[in-house]
Amino acid sequence: MDLLYKIFIDPFLQMGGAPDLLIQTLWEGLVGGMLYALIALGFVLIFKASGVFNFAQGIMVVFAALTLVGLHATGIPAFVALALTVVVMFALAWTVERVVLRPLVNQPDIILFMATFGLTYFLIGFGELIFGGDPKVMITDELFLPKGRINIPAFGGVVSLQKLDIAAAIIATTMVAVLSVFFSKTRIGRALRAVADSHKAALSVGISLEQIWVIVWFAAGLVALVTGIMWGARSDVSFALEIIALKALPVLILGGFTSIPGAIVGGLIIGVGEKIAEFYWGPLIGGGTDSWFAFVIALIFLLFWPHGLFGEKIIERI
Amino acid sequence: MRAPSQSDIAAGEVLLSVENVSLSFGGVRAIRDVSFDIRKGEIRAIIGPNGAGKTSMLNVINGFYTPQQGKITFKGATRNKMRPYDAARGGIARTFQNVALFRGMTALDNIMAGRTLRMHRGLFWQMLRFGPAMQEEVEHRRRAEEIIDFLHIEHIRKVQVGRLPYGLQKRVELARALAMEPELLLLDEPMAGMNLEEKEDMSRFILDVNQHYGTTIALIEHDMGVVMDLSDRVVVLDYGQKIADGTPDEVKSNQAVIDAYLGVAH
Amino acid sequence: MFYREVGQYKTSYSADQAIFPIVQDRFGIAVIILCAYALVFSNNDFLLNAMMTPFLIFTLAAIGLNILTGYTGLLSLGTGAFMGVGAYACYKLTTLFPGVNIIIWILCSGFFAALIGVVFGLPSLRIKGFYLAIATLAAQFFLEWCFIRIPWLYNYNTSAAIEVPTRTMFGIPVTGATATAETRYLIVLTIVIVMTVIASNIVHGRIGRMWMAVRDMDIAAELIGIRLLPTKLLAFAVSSFYCGVAGAMLVFLWYGGAESTVFSINQSFFVLFMVIIGGLGSLLGSYLGAALIFMLPIILRLAPPYFGIPVHAATVEHVTFMLVGGLIVFFLIVEPHGLARLWQVAKQKLRVWPFPY
Repeated sequence: MDLLYKIFIDPFLQMGGAPDLLIQTLWEGLVGGMLYALIALGFVLIFKASGVFNFAQGIMVVFAALTLVGLHATGIPAFVALALTVVVMFALAWTVERVVLRPLVNQPDIILFMATFGLTYFLIGFGELIFGGDPKVMITDELFLPKGRINIPAFGGVVSLQKLDIAAAIIATTMVAVLSVFFSKTRIGRALRAVADSHKAALSVGISLEQIWVIVWFAAGLVALVTGIMWGARSDVSFALEIIALKALPVLILGGFTSIPGAIVGGLIIGVGEKIAEFYWGPLIGGGTDSWFAFVIALIFLLFWPHGLFGEKIIERI
Repeated sequence: MRAPSQSDIAAGEVLLSVENVSLSFGGVRAIRDVSFDIRKGEIRAIIGPNGAGKTSMLNVINGFYTPQQGKITFKGATRNKMRPYDAARGGIARTFQNVALFRGMTALDNIMAGRTLRMHRGLFWQMLRFGPAMQEEVEHRRRAEEIIDFLHIEHIRKVQVGRLPYGLQKRVELARALAMEPELLLLDEPMAGMNLEEKEDMSRFILDVNQHYGTTIALIEHDMGVVMDLSDRVVVLDYGQKIADGTPDEVKSNQAVIDAYLGVAH
Repeated sequence: MFYREVGQYKTSYSADQAIFPIVQDRFGIAVIILCAYALVFSNNDFLLNAMMTPFLIFTLAAIGLNILTGYTGLLSLGTGAFMGVGAYACYKLTTLFPGVNIIIWILCSGFFAALIGVVFGLPSLRIKGFYLAIATLAAQFFLEWCFIRIPWLYNYNTSAAIEVPTRTMFGIPVTGATATAETRYLIVLTIVIVMTVIASNIVHGRIGRMWMAVRDMDIAAELIGIRLLPTKLLAFAVSSFYCGVAGAMLVFLWYGGAESTVFSINQSFFVLFMVIIGGLGSLLGSYLGAALIFMLPIILRLAPPYFGIPVHAATVEHVTFMLVGGLIVFFLIVEPHGLARLWQVAKQKLRVWPFPY
């Protein structure tokens, strides 16, 4: 009885008793979720255009952030380093297309998926070899990212928001908007959607697959760079992020693999869900639940809604 | 075994019947209220223009699709839907329009896989691969070899099927279906994409299967010559509806069928 | 020249259904096994303890994953966690019932891993491909969390780790600090050989064909009367059993103690890479892949100083990551069937040598 009370009643009493804490937790969850959503967005871009499930997206985030910090550490001014990192991400996209995607075209999805494992490990080794394996600090000041907190009094308490998080939210929203316009209004965007529907059909009307792939991997690289800056500003820049980046996968299960809004909504749900669960229910079972919460939610989702919230149901034909 | 003659079939017992089956995907109605039956020992053809719902019909019969309406009676048991496993267990085997072989396995393994339902030694004996398990393996290998012999594919038994040419793949697929020793064999365009010689071979095999093993056969085919020569009775579908049913000669002279194939202004 | 099958006629189907139909192959295998046992007399602790024992243990884990991923086509990223289940189960069993022979507990711990594997395999009815991979990630992270947060599993040790007790067999210490490298190697070698034979028997029989049928085309498999869920769950069970035994051996016969980090996602990837590089759907490949992935860092660490080039331990690790990543992509592009396939090609060439074909 006591246990039932602790599970079903007490947490809600806590929420009602201290709404400022609840809001604070929600906000933390939203910010965390936004970062998951940004990684998931990178996945979706690549999956939509090439059908490749890019496991390396999380590593690209770290790689981009490391490159930026590493370049700046050699004495290059921050914004020059930023521009150079963009160039590096383009080079990465181009190389991946040449070395990994092109030779594997028309292979089963699962082979391409596993190839991105290889890419992941290669990038980890490469990044650490060049920039060293120790955690680094993101160059927030040099990039003019705001610091400090805004304290908003609410419900008799105080809700404290980091200015950085607010900036991150604005930048992320802008980026999603720009990407949406790019993909719905421009010629390349239309070509990209054509490729997503059918590689062969796109080829037959004269769309260059190679070009499209470089573009989407580059776009995903840019998203990774932005994510890396945001994330690095909140904690260290290190490959420990790799594990956290895997949480973008459950986000995709929730949101569906092909939906940009799905990635955003799924990310926010997972972010908020795991924070709330850890804060109010976590102590009951010893804490640390956020290491698996997202994945178990995804598992349950897969059992009942295998196509996600926004995905399409596919009719199998033989 | 003696081939059943035309009159036997006319009077013969019904092996499978579908009654008032309707199937739709979302808004698309693939099959509308179709009824027909398949009698024991006959070769039954299902024909119709592209998109008439022929393959969907086969998919309903062996349980891959669930019809929204209608009943299926197989060997006296009536149900609203078949389940693939029950269909296989009950003796319905199937080949596919686009060959559905296990591409990573050898031809022999494909055929042996077709005998799965008839092999019973459990995990324990499989682990030992000795005594009863080996006995069973060899016994079924013998049956598999009979079929290999029957379809003249001895030379490719150890070849991975993914590497075989299309015509041979179709033959291995037929072999796998035969390995199940089915009572009802569903063939989805067994001769699609074949040249004349291969078609003749395949027709020969189909007739042999029907006569040698007494297997009832339902087949979809586009080559009218083949259909008219092989089949005992023909059912014609168009836009998911049945427009004719009868012997090849009856169907050939049916006005609705001629219209469906040549196209008339509706 | 000596690798010929001319004159070896098969006169029965059972001879043709044998796993090594060619005499030279059978002979070769026997020689390899004899040599493997002869290594016990090498008196070289480094060879036995730092190379052969872990290599064999990882081979077993790779065979386990290969059954699931290579033969049944279900991609799993939870291998590390399933190995952990075996290790923790073995630890609990041997501390609860210290009187029972440790070998029995090592093998029994596989059943616990199998049970957990089946539970996390249930979603495979509805999902496949990378969806399933994500579902197995849930197993990985949830079980890892259990290993940390449930102190009962490690007997409330202050180190929060498994501390392997000394267990003896016929008076000889088998596990724990006093066990010799030779004893442990002998046990590992025997278990791995026996389990390889069993795996080989299963995959060559009815069950193996069912698994491969599900892998190659699940729809067609269903229509020839293979029930998908039991078949997939059996693959999960057998695979997890192998991984569980490998995990138990890893801790009890090699490390001598382990924290939860041993069974992290990196371990899962480590084993997966062995399977990919060795060859999906090949038992021989599991050996080759384990050898390559496991030996690579050792060679990288030892080779440069041998030539007088000093290298940092960290650099070796980074280069290993790059090489492994590169090899994965290379093999997927050039030879998706891995080292095992290259070996077959070499054998085929040898068979017809000196003619090209």
